[in-house]
Amino acid sequence: MSMLELRHVSKSYGQGANEVDAISDIDLSVERGSLVAIMGPSGSGKSTLLTIAGSLEEPTTGEVMIDGARLAGMSRNDKARLRRRSVGYVFQDFNLLAGLTAVENVSLPLELDGVSMKKARAKGMAALEGLGLGDRAANYPDQLSGGERQRVAIARAVVGERSLLLADEPSGALDSVNGEAVMRMILSACHGGVAAVVVTHDAKLASWADRVVFLRDGKAVDETLPPPSPEELLNPDVPNPA
Amino acid sequence: MSIRHSLLALLSEGPKYGFQLRQEFEMSTGEVWPLNVGQVYTTLQRLERDGLAQSDDVEDDERQKNYRITDKGSEELAHWLRTPPDLSEPPRDELVIKVLVASRLPNVDVYEVIQVHRRYIVQLMQQWTHLKEDESQFDIAFALAVDAELFRLDAVVRWLDAADGRLHRATFEVAPENPVALPSIRRRTGAHR
Repeated sequence: MSMLELRHVSKSYGQGANEVDAISDIDLSVERGSLVAIMGPSGSGKSTLLTIAGSLEEPTTGEVMIDGARLAGMSRNDKARLRRRSVGYVFQDFNLLAGLTAVENVSLPLELDGVSMKKARAKGMAALEGLGLGDRAANYPDQLSGGERQRVAIARAVVGERSLLLADEPSGALDSVNGEAVMRMILSACHGGVAAVVVTHDAKLASWADRVVFLRDGKAVDETLPPPSPEELLNPDVPNPA
Repeated sequence: MSIRHSLLALLSEGPKYGFQLRQEFEMSTGEVWPLNVGQVYTTLQRLERDGLAQSDDVEDDERQKNYRITDKGSEELAHWLRTPPDLSEPPRDELVIKVLVASRLPNVDVYEVIQVHRRYIVQLMQQWTHLKEDESQFDIAFALAVDAELFRLDAVVRWLDAADGRLHRATFEVAPENPVALPSIRRRTGAHR
């Protein structure tokens, strides 16, 4: 069963003559353990797609399912609970709370969900250690480098039993080596069973994904074929459509 | 890529046999550029002919010969390392030509043509990225060579994105009424048509 499923999802803003389709008729299915990248130019609907997938916005038409649960008809509270428990977000600008230490930032979603502070901190610490940040746990965001802040944001997104990771340009303004480290972490979360969707216009980041979906003017126009094996790469007869 | 100078670089570490040079060459390029043994011996003979390398042995069998770099060879290597490759002339790029042709033909959807190439290149990038996924499996030379290929392909995707955006704007947006800035920019950069 897919961790995330979008069926014929459309979203439009405005009304009448001013109506604009941000995305239209998108079908997307992301299995547990897989990493899907959404590529497209600015204004192609990438971020709208991500906010709808994460239940932050409702589609105008179509259906969204997270871990088999239909979002339509769910109460606001139920949706909020689903978001806290199942969905992790990583934003371009990290969105860490400045007044909280790294471990407090990471354990906050668990505490909000009613987990005791002690247990939440232990899980937060484990998530930080998993990303090589154990010794930075007591630091505040402004005491961390850009790369470290983004690692904290990823730890916060995968802490607990979260099984869907949604990332919007997760390497932000990081250099390519740190950007690669971010993608390695997301991939490693996927190897642990998480389903991830990464929105980016950067082909180097997208190339870490199992599948790349190309968005244009709100429509999914194309996607990559399943990845070939390394043996096929070393074979000179790689098919070239050009 | 210069096999000649790569072999000189390996010889600058100390005298070596031909088969050893081939092995080390392939390792130092992350095995991204395989080399056949014939190329190694032909290149070594030329290095010797040009006085850049020397073999002390009188053996006829190339495999048994031990080569070392000469002073002239060391100078040549130092010069080569600091000489920028000629990038001043744009290469005749087949992909650029295809997109230019597609943009002029009335019955061709240029965006679809661009997307075909974009998908193909992203797939190639996925293959290269997949190779460096397991960090324990590669050394620094391999990572650098793979990065170089990924950056090269990334530049092509970016050009396709830029072409897509530029064509889109040219089609759907009205051109400015007084495009006076363009000639002055052209004069300043010294570009000619």
